[in-house]
Amino acid sequence: MQVARVVGTVVCSHKDEGLSGVTLLVIQPLAKDGAPFGRTLVATDAAGAGVGEDVFFVRGAEASFPFHPRTVPTDASIVGIVDSVYT
Amino acid sequence: MLLARVTGTVVATRKDERLVSNKLLVVRPVDPAGKLEGSSLVAVDTVDAGVGETVLIVSGSSARMASGMKDCPVDAVIVGIVDEVTTAG
Repeated sequence: MQVARVVGTVVCSHKDEGLSGVTLLVIQPLAKDGAPFGRTLVATDAAGAGVGEDVFFVRGAEASFPFHPRTVPTDASIVGIVDSVYT
Repeated sequence: MLLARVTGTVVATRKDERLVSNKLLVVRPVDPAGKLEGSSLVAVDTVDAGVGETVLIVSGSSARMASGMKDCPVDAVIVGIVDEVTTAG
């Protein structure tokens, strides 16, 4: 899992039926010091996050687990909202 | 998942039987502003996308979770046509 900042939203009216009702957010992964790190990506939201919040997300096939028993075709899901990070 | 622009089509007469009657498109990732970045890839289209459209790509083993893709040998599937991307700032 990785920490990221929610930087935007995506609207898709024509999409896979498994994605209906699922929020799509643009996230920017963050480095340890909180600086942007790498490319932005689109993640499904399983935590109720909003733009501007810091979150952590899971990549890969596990990204669909939070939506069980639904089959949601996603490879990145926001699974928590970060309150604070201590390093 | 990645945002990408559809840049072309692929025709393959001989292919794995589980790919028969699936549409293959060439896509190239874009940033939220629509600027092309990274290298092109081939993705199966499940949403009737066309050249020039911005689409949502799911990759890796999750690609098989798209409708009709169960047990298909794919690692990138187009699962949505993007209407709008809004970014803060």
